[in-house]
Amino acid sequence: MSIASQLPALQIVVPLLVAPLTVLLRGSGLAWAAATAASAMAFAIAVALTLTALDGATISYDMGGWPAPYGIELRLDAFSALLLLLTTGASTLSLLGARDSIAELMGESREPLFYAAWLVALAGLCGIAITGDAFNVFVFMEISSLATYVLIAAGPDRRALTAAFKYLIMGTVGATFYLIGVGLVYMMTGTLNFADMEARLAEVDEVRPIVVAAGFITIGLALKAAIFPLHVWLPNAYSSAPNLVTVFIAACSTKVALYVLLRFDFFVFHGNLVGHAFQFSSFLAPLAVLGILVGSAVAVVESNVKRLLAYSSVAQLGYILLGASFGDLAGMTAAITLMFNHGLAKGALFMAIAALAMHTRGHTLADLSGAARQMPWTAAALVIAGASLIGIPGTAGFISKWLLLQAALQQGPLGVVAAVAVVAGSLAALAYVWRIIEPLYFGTAEGSTAGGSTAVYTATPPLLLLALWLAAGANVYFGLIPAVPVSLSELAAAELLGHLR
Amino acid sequence: MELLGLFNYWVFAVLLMVGFYAVIAKTNMVKKLLGLSIFQGAVFLLYITMDKVDGGTAPIIQPGVVDAIYSNPLPQVLILTAIVVGISTTALGLALIVRIYEAYGTIEEDETQRLDIE
Repeated sequence: MSIASQLPALQIVVPLLVAPLTVLLRGSGLAWAAATAASAMAFAIAVALTLTALDGATISYDMGGWPAPYGIELRLDAFSALLLLLTTGASTLSLLGARDSIAELMGESREPLFYAAWLVALAGLCGIAITGDAFNVFVFMEISSLATYVLIAAGPDRRALTAAFKYLIMGTVGATFYLIGVGLVYMMTGTLNFADMEARLAEVDEVRPIVVAAGFITIGLALKAAIFPLHVWLPNAYSSAPNLVTVFIAACSTKVALYVLLRFDFFVFHGNLVGHAFQFSSFLAPLAVLGILVGSAVAVVESNVKRLLAYSSVAQLGYILLGASFGDLAGMTAAITLMFNHGLAKGALFMAIAALAMHTRGHTLADLSGAARQMPWTAAALVIAGASLIGIPGTAGFISKWLLLQAALQQGPLGVVAAVAVVAGSLAALAYVWRIIEPLYFGTAEGSTAGGSTAVYTATPPLLLLALWLAAGANVYFGLIPAVPVSLSELAAAELLGHLR
Repeated sequence: MELLGLFNYWVFAVLLMVGFYAVIAKTNMVKKLLGLSIFQGAVFLLYITMDKVDGGTAPIIQPGVVDAIYSNPLPQVLILTAIVVGISTTALGLALIVRIYEAYGTIEEDETQRLDIE
């Protein structure tokens, strides 16, 4: 057996095995190096898997040698490949930049534990993306969530603790709802494998438990994915977590929950429940539009930069959901591309904020005043990432917004309403990104701590700057040459909607 | 038999709602976490109920016994995993509460919010 055929398993095993080893590594920087190397290896595996998925091939891997419907199947298609790419990429870049700021925050003795928790979270997220088994998704979801609560609680002030506790309560309720749904589906079909479930649901006569299950699963995962109005845990968690942790979770954790939501609702339920498409879109499309409007509106008036970007995430999740709720190929393609591109843009933005915060020591807009003069490269990367978030041509954000608008305009009169919401949201994005850029470039340094007894760093650490520019560069690269994410999204959308009967 | 079968599901629903009420309505964090445990416990009951086959016994092959009816072991295994997850969640939640008490001097959620605003 060649090592290449074991790649799906290694995708999870590498970070999961390195995590306990990291705990043992004492001495400055060793744990960081091990974690970064493991994460980079996971990224390399994800790239290798993506290359296979680009051909439209699906890899099925029988865990432990038990054949698919009975054993646990790891299943890699275009959708999971895209998610793996985003998750491992975000983890690698934020780890690459994390060394100095985490060393300062955690101290040498707790540092290994922190990186171990990080790798466990990464392993969990990869596991969700690659597994083909509904219960396995639950287990990986809890693995990644528990580790994420720990990472958030590591935040610099005590608010991180209450934010982590709130997230723990809401996350567990969401996961338990999902568990109830899976139980009900298992009761009616006797299987936990997604593909098998899809096939067997067609033979179920009594659909009421399945409808109830669809409700539980959708609500539970909506909680995990912070879909408006179930987003209340998100701004606190994002704003009080350590800066580099925010980069990691903002780029991928809600998207992974959304991935499971789309997989369940479209791959499993869509073809088997009468009226499911209508129910899905009439329930979630209004929430998506409200999410866009409310999230953007709050972001326009918020004064803490991290909270501002967190509310912008609520709005962006609305775009993704809106695309999915159209229920056609174009909408789904747009939604999946958005998942990827928003991860790129928001990850890069939070990373720029993390870099600036090492100097300014604060997260309010006033703290950023004039910081561009000291940190021109960091500020320039922030502008690029901001442009991508708004959707300015030449950046990745433009591609997905364009696809979403095209899909919306195919939907008739209600689609025009959706398109208006998208445009309004983008204008609001222009406003709130400008609110960050304005003090950064044109603010006077007074009012900030620039004179600074507390400012340790007068420039961004080189590794963080490198990671930041790689992230910003990815935004430009995928804006100019969008072939990889778009073709993966098209394949994924066709896979999700291919089961329509 | 029908009633007995449904009885478990009624208990599931009632326990689920009792736990959920505590999670939403209580401001004391330990009580919230207790509610969460009850909430999860209800789901364990759902899984354990669905695997029961009338007249079924433990799925162990015994010499000399043919045609035995077995209960479905899979949901039990699943719920064993879910119980472990539940314990980890409770443990982590309690650890967080200890840290919150050290930082704020209270474990009432509304009071921590008030202290943050000040």
